[in-house]
Amino acid sequence: MNLVTDAIAWLTSGEQWSGDRALHMLMLQHLWLTLLSVVAASVLALPAGWIIGHTGRGRELAVAISGAARAIPSFGLLILLVLLFGVLHKPEAAIVTFVILAIPSLLAGAYSGLEAIDRATIDAARAVGMSEWQIFLRVELPLGLPLLVGGIRSAALQVVATVTIAAYINLGGLGLPIITGLALRRYDMILGAALLVAVVALVLDALLGLAQRRAEPRGLRTDTTTTLRSGREPAAASRH
Amino acid sequence: MHSTRFLRTGAILTTALAAAALAGCSSSDPLATPDEEESSSDAIVVGSQAYYSNETIAEIYAQALEDAGLEVERQFNIGQRDAYMPQLESGEITLFPEYTGNLLQYFDDATTARSADDVYAELQDALPDGLTALEQASASDQDSYTVTSAFAEEHDLASIADLAEITDPLTLGGPPELAERPYGPDGLASVYGIDVDFSATGDTTVEDLLAGTIDVANVFTADPRIQTDDLVVLDDPESLILASNVVPIADADRADELAPVIDAVSEKLTPESLVALNVESQVDEKSPADIATAWLADNGIIG
Repeated sequence: MNLVTDAIAWLTSGEQWSGDRALHMLMLQHLWLTLLSVVAASVLALPAGWIIGHTGRGRELAVAISGAARAIPSFGLLILLVLLFGVLHKPEAAIVTFVILAIPSLLAGAYSGLEAIDRATIDAARAVGMSEWQIFLRVELPLGLPLLVGGIRSAALQVVATVTIAAYINLGGLGLPIITGLALRRYDMILGAALLVAVVALVLDALLGLAQRRAEPRGLRTDTTTTLRSGREPAAASRH
Repeated sequence: MHSTRFLRTGAILTTALAAAALAGCSSSDPLATPDEEESSSDAIVVGSQAYYSNETIAEIYAQALEDAGLEVERQFNIGQRDAYMPQLESGEITLFPEYTGNLLQYFDDATTARSADDVYAELQDALPDGLTALEQASASDQDSYTVTSAFAEEHDLASIADLAEITDPLTLGGPPELAERPYGPDGLASVYGIDVDFSATGDTTVEDLLAGTIDVANVFTADPRIQTDDLVVLDDPESLILASNVVPIADADRADELAPVIDAVSEKLTPESLVALNVESQVDEKSPADIATAWLADNGIIG
């Protein structure tokens, strides 16, 4: 209990929020690395996931690659990449590490979103004369969006937690007070920074959780208000 | 201090395992039969940390003592100070290569001694009864401020004080906690009047120094890369950094017997020769026994 109050005292002292290592600066570095990594991973993984989901081909390969990528220890990969790229390219090494970490969730979110759609819906879209592009853009993408955002959510959560290791290679972030505290045996510093990482992760997760709910197409929402509204819609349509 | 930062972090993360291991180490060997313990009671037991450089020094002590006709038993790789110090105090281990500054801080963490001589003098007082420090070597394994030889030549650097002459902004690199250490950027400013930027280069400090992203690096004085990458350790005339010279810690009852042999070793153990020993261990991957034999022969102590 004492340790927790020490950690909170450390977190709330003005000293931690000013100077080169101010916590809000570290938090910005942390979020910036997270954002860059998730965006870069999305550029790679989402189109690949959509192609797999739309065509139904290459799923086994994607599952195998994601499974293997999930097993890679991020810290080891980070150090290996720093050694391979050289110390002048530490940011690149970090981004590649976090991109590899984010890819499996994003890939799975993209293709499972498309796969989960009732085949009859897609056949219907094709039957009314939609092109493959139209099917993808107007049917598959909106219907697959909740699972896609779910994939982004889980990728962002993993990356925001793992970005703490970037401090080991001089990129700052909220891991810096943690590894500094480890060496100095300053447990208030370690726990304080760890609490801050947890809060940042929870807030990010909550925001993306909201986005995930918003992404659900109206016709598919299952809460009472939308059920009622969609229940009324056919009647309204028949009047016109 | 003596293992890499990664290993240390790993050790902290596996505290439970380590605690179990330490508990195992601190009791006497359960597999040893009482007979063996009795028969070897006259033997000199040389111990070492689980740190390659420390083991090499311990092996040098062991071979020097064997050459002098004494019976030697080796108990190497015992781990860290908390694990072996009780064995040393109880007399189970007779001789152990140690480091003055770090050992002094182990017994007295409020010490203000910094220079090699002050630290050695205080250590003699701080040691528990029954233990004594033999003559310290000039070789050390401590923090230092180090530059590349090209940078040292360009700015004519020999000591930390010479950095004050440089007008370009300087960047100091080291482990992240250096920013908070008394000998870190704040100490450089208050003791030497040198203002530096700090970069938390961590485990790639030497690589960053060579790549030029930092100008001055916090490197251990026994780091083999001082030789292999041609680095220059800057002198510390104001004793900003805690000196930590290699010092043999011995059972006080056996010290007179050990001193003639071990003092001769310490006399020859210079900073350069310790770095060279570490290069043979880490770069050439020779065994401690081979390194020790060659070193003792080269310095005319055996053979």
